[in-house]
Amino acid sequence: MITTFRIRRFNPETSPSMPYFQEYKLDTDRADTVLDALIHIRETLDESLTLRCSCRGAICGSCAMRINGHAALACKTKVQAMASERGIVQVEPMNNMPVIKDLVTDMAGFWEKVRQVQPWLQPAGQEPEAEYLASAESMNHLTGVMGCIMCGACVSDCAALEVDERFVGPAALAKAYRFVADPRDGAGRSRLLALNEPGGMWDCTRCMECIEVCPKGVGAMDRIMSLRGQGIQAEVPSTCGARHAEVFADLIYRKGRLDEPMLAVRTFGLRNLSRLLSLLPMVLRAFVRGKVPKTGPFHRAIPGLEKFRRLFQRMEERP
Amino acid sequence: MTTAYEYDVLVMGAGLAGMRAALAAHEAGARVAIMTKVHPVRSHSNAAQGGINAAMTDRGDDWEEHAFETVKGSDYLADQDAVEILAQEAGREILTLEHMGVIFNRNEEGRLGTRRFGGQKRARTFFVSDFTGQAMLHVLFEQLMKARVPVFEEWFVTSLVKDADGRCAGLIGFEIRTGQFALVKAKAVIVASGGLGRVFEPSTNALICTGDGMAIAYRAGAALMDMEMVQYHPTTLKGKGLLITEAARGEGAYLLNRDGERFMKRYAPNMMELASRDVVSRAGQTEINEGRGVDGCVLLDCRHLGRRLIHERLRQISDEVHSFAGIDLTKEPVPIRPGMHYQMGGIKTDVDGRCWDRHGAWAGVPGLFAAGETACLSLHGGNRLGANSLLDTVVFGRRAGRCAAEYAREVPTPHVPDSTVGMEQQAVSALLSRHANTDSVATIRHEMGVAMHTHLGVFRDQEGMMTAKETLEALHDRYSRVGVQDKGQVFNTSLIRALELGFMLDCAETIVRSALLRRESRGAHFRTDYLHRDDAQWLKHILVYHQPDGSPRVAYLPVRLTRWEPKVRTY
Repeated sequence: MITTFRIRRFNPETSPSMPYFQEYKLDTDRADTVLDALIHIRETLDESLTLRCSCRGAICGSCAMRINGHAALACKTKVQAMASERGIVQVEPMNNMPVIKDLVTDMAGFWEKVRQVQPWLQPAGQEPEAEYLASAESMNHLTGVMGCIMCGACVSDCAALEVDERFVGPAALAKAYRFVADPRDGAGRSRLLALNEPGGMWDCTRCMECIEVCPKGVGAMDRIMSLRGQGIQAEVPSTCGARHAEVFADLIYRKGRLDEPMLAVRTFGLRNLSRLLSLLPMVLRAFVRGKVPKTGPFHRAIPGLEKFRRLFQRMEERP
Repeated sequence: MTTAYEYDVLVMGAGLAGMRAALAAHEAGARVAIMTKVHPVRSHSNAAQGGINAAMTDRGDDWEEHAFETVKGSDYLADQDAVEILAQEAGREILTLEHMGVIFNRNEEGRLGTRRFGGQKRARTFFVSDFTGQAMLHVLFEQLMKARVPVFEEWFVTSLVKDADGRCAGLIGFEIRTGQFALVKAKAVIVASGGLGRVFEPSTNALICTGDGMAIAYRAGAALMDMEMVQYHPTTLKGKGLLITEAARGEGAYLLNRDGERFMKRYAPNMMELASRDVVSRAGQTEINEGRGVDGCVLLDCRHLGRRLIHERLRQISDEVHSFAGIDLTKEPVPIRPGMHYQMGGIKTDVDGRCWDRHGAWAGVPGLFAAGETACLSLHGGNRLGANSLLDTVVFGRRAGRCAAEYAREVPTPHVPDSTVGMEQQAVSALLSRHANTDSVATIRHEMGVAMHTHLGVFRDQEGMMTAKETLEALHDRYSRVGVQDKGQVFNTSLIRALELGFMLDCAETIVRSALLRRESRGAHFRTDYLHRDDAQWLKHILVYHQPDGSPRVAYLPVRLTRWEPKVRTY
């Protein structure tokens, strides 16, 4: 099948050094991966096409790039699954990080954020003479997140990072979870305290992109949610993020619906007047665009609230 | 402009051996840095799947049994003093790794659990599902971050530097991102840059495994030993040759031919699928050659293992087989064939990683150390046992790191003129400015790989190997004229692949030269024109040295026997 590869090129040494798309046509076969195709282009059509790649087997994490708009490992992505009806596959470097050349991105920032979570085991107490005792189940559970190969795909497509580069990001948070959930680690509370800070675990907007694009099924967002749960349970000092979750649940319990003004007031607190006032322009815009319901901004409890509360009860019995 | 750096110990490569060595040197108080052409977690140690061997005495195992099985696995070519150290230090090293944070599989009591591996009667392989290498690599990188060991990340090493007395004095390389050259001076250099898998086509090895460290050390005067011993893994996936772990057979998978027969019963009636790798690879290849295969493959059958076991213990290969061959491991047998996997040979070292001999039995380069697949102790001799390679990286990585730190305390800072960098830079510039002709680096590399696979694979003979030798000579000549298309400074992978090809051609030449000399069949070196092992003549290692005029010089060393006399080897 003839496939057109539309590849985003960038070379800082040529002038003007602006990114552009270049197309290459290739005859691809059913088994070919995008990496096979890129290597073929590099070896037969254009030696200057630059990318990182190594293992060809989805283990080393070198070849993450955006294929048809989403981050993926080129070595794990079949050409035919990606080719549009017109036989076009678009390949670009990862997002949310600077591009060095063609499909190669600068991952220094990525690693700096991983380092921020102090990603090494910090055991409590004396080191045992033999191995640490740990349940088979707990170690098996950790294989899920240890399966992360640090390819950067989740960070590339993270919606929160796109608007706030201070966010530590899904890969670093999944790495942090690996230690919080490790029964041998003794620094859980200080880790949760650090993650409670701005830029930490509460800054994920739950867009699910990291789960969608992860080539290893690490489920970074699920790990972030587990971290939040553990943070609330460990009663690390209340933050807007934790309060938002708690108030959200409480409002549903009381009223059976989301009461947005109350959510804001209780999350930020009445004393935080400046923060509350800063929301006003948004409220006004919402009003002008007809987003405020006719019944007014404040909500009463819905009828049949008892049924709702029974749901809460059941959840508490069987979490 | 070039920048000069200076350390006590400089490690080339950041896989398991390199990082373990760097940590050990750091703990011993040395100023240590690592130079690596890829980020540490991209290293090929990732690909080790099945596990790491250790005979733990508190579990009723016996290090002597592990050592003996390693020696037998090597077809008696291993140096037994090195093997004894490996087996004795294994348990302690596993515990160190566990304490660092490796999430080894546990049994019901919460202690470390084991599985069986080939060539061994007891289950002594510790593991993390089927991505043990990756799990260890990431934990060592965690420790490296904790220790704040500086890493020259994505730096390509072009050569080893010696001072006026011939002592190792550091490495010259360039930062891939900028093309900027630098001399990194060091009192001791540890080469731990992995194997040379890509010299063969196909190979289970990653594209970065191009024998850089072996070639650099060889060019600088170190000896390469046992280079003819190239391991073909019995189960590699049809197509690109990706690895299917031996753990599948360790967990009970069968090897079948086209008639559904478990053919290993004719080759290794006692150990069956878990005979040593050279034996199983020859068996599989014989079935294929004699027409009992399926499209150039035999079959690996995991169906009877059950979904749960496959999910818990063989998850990665289950995903791999699904993504790359479209096969559900629980429902269909997988077409597999023997494929190039590991280089038993490498830079000759002693049991502390030293690449020089103070007693004059063999020469080498003072101040140079090696560890991991790059090195050759010889631990694996003619055939490495599965799950001994990870053990090799950590045990001898640590020993090399510690010894290099001690050595660095005793010697003064080497003196190297800064002009050395300029000369090296000019050599690379000359390659870069060569005009492109109709030939290409990729074509030469491919022809080399195919020739090596065809003539130095599972079965070898004089005629085939001579053909390979002539092919290599012709390719060397073409290599001296081939051009590089990309002329830029920034991330020039075109240039890197050209430099790597030079290293690979050197390695290939030493493999062919050694293999032609060894007129017997031993371990992975099986000659159809010399069918038997010949202990009277060949219980010795072949060493190859590079000479200033480019031609190799050959020397021999007797195998060091401690307690196991060579015996007939059956499984």
